[in-house]
Amino acid sequence: MINLQPYSNPIYFVWLAVTLLPLMVGLYFGKRFVVYQTIISGIFLLLIFGGSKWQQGLALIGYIIYQFIVVGGYAAYKKHANKTWVFVSMVSLSIMPLVIVKLTPAIEVGQQSLIGFLGISYLTFKSVQMIMEMRDGTIKKFAPIMFARFLLFFPTISSGPIDRYRRFQHDYVQVPTREHYLEMVAQAVHYIFLGFLYKFILGYFFGTVMLPQIAQVAISHRAAFFHTGISLALIEYMYTYSMYLFFDFAGYSLFAVAASYLMGIETPMNFDHPFKARNIKDFWNRWHMTLSFWFRDFIFMRLTFFIMKHHLIKKRTRIPQAAYLVNFLIMGFWHGVTWYYIVYGLFHAGAIIINDYWLAYKKKNPQLPHNRWTEGLAIFITFNVVCFSFLIFSGFLNTLWFQAR
Amino acid sequence: MNTKQAVIELLEDLTGTDISNNLDDNLFASGMIDSMATVEMLLELQAKFGIDVPVSEFDRSEWDTPNKIIAKVESLV
Repeated sequence: MINLQPYSNPIYFVWLAVTLLPLMVGLYFGKRFVVYQTIISGIFLLLIFGGSKWQQGLALIGYIIYQFIVVGGYAAYKKHANKTWVFVSMVSLSIMPLVIVKLTPAIEVGQQSLIGFLGISYLTFKSVQMIMEMRDGTIKKFAPIMFARFLLFFPTISSGPIDRYRRFQHDYVQVPTREHYLEMVAQAVHYIFLGFLYKFILGYFFGTVMLPQIAQVAISHRAAFFHTGISLALIEYMYTYSMYLFFDFAGYSLFAVAASYLMGIETPMNFDHPFKARNIKDFWNRWHMTLSFWFRDFIFMRLTFFIMKHHLIKKRTRIPQAAYLVNFLIMGFWHGVTWYYIVYGLFHAGAIIINDYWLAYKKKNPQLPHNRWTEGLAIFITFNVVCFSFLIFSGFLNTLWFQAR
Repeated sequence: MNTKQAVIELLEDLTGTDISNNLDDNLFASGMIDSMATVEMLLELQAKFGIDVPVSEFDRSEWDTPNKIIAKVESLV
């Protein structure tokens, strides 16, 4: 049986266009063909997780059943009680499969967990979110079929963007007006072409053409500058990798959003000109937005709320600092249990804390100059700080320092 | 003191700026309020007005200007 990874080659787009067409005709006439959509979703999931990836397919099925028990169980419990320890246990249970998958390669080097599959971390965000919103009372009912549709929505299953249940449900039930749907289709076509440019031209150029060559030169200079490996080629690697990372991931995200739009679902955007950010805070409002907003809403804000409500930290300025550290440390671990992902998280926490000091200083000193030159300088500094963080993130320093022989 | 006045005072305490003439300014876009200030605001609203807004109920686009916040609070009091 064939196996097709999402948005990876032209055949996938042909399949997408052919299978979505009937659905699009339905949406144009104000109808969502639910049965048809379920069938093609099944086909696409089979293409992603079938064939040589059948083990992942089994892991996915097991995972879905498990999350149904956890989330459904919590929903049933929440009807008559609301203990904190039950909530915490359920969140822990929901995260457990991901923790196992992330820890396995760190404990047994290079070993991949049998319960892992493409997209497990994204599905975990969706499941945990359900439990948290049930705790808050914003999701009151456990609707198993809608929950399955939400988890298994195939355009975003492998790498997001991470949608929110209530938003998704609204779009699924409420078919867009014809006028609005036509706008969405036009937008989708635009996104697909932009995605081709990003992922298959620019991403390919930076990632496949340039990066391996630069990596070789940088490795050959690994004894440079007192054996730190700091060389011109390393700096080149930093910028090239940053460009590759952005264009590859933003390109993928554009495809995922476009496919969702064609299906009448307004999956949120993931990127908003991140390299135009004026500071690190601004950057996280523009980079991998659905992830950073998820962290903001379900970790950072909840944690600060908890700390303030229980007066755990006396000094006002220390509260967000502590929350940033926890927030970005978890984000680091989520990327993977390696030193460079964790350092990447800590680096961003440090950058955002320093940025907060600067913003407070600026507020106290309104006489500081503010013009397009200072804004340009701010963008330049932010860009370089971000690119440096991506060099850490790339894992190339690990290769350079500990693996290259 | 009416609700509107109380909310404006709360926001001025929070942002440290006089907002009474800019009730339609976007507080998030201008950086006057961030996630941390949002949490402080929610806790203050709970203490002052007894309204309970869970974090997951908080949709930024519905709370991004002083006028919207006033309207929200008035509807929840």
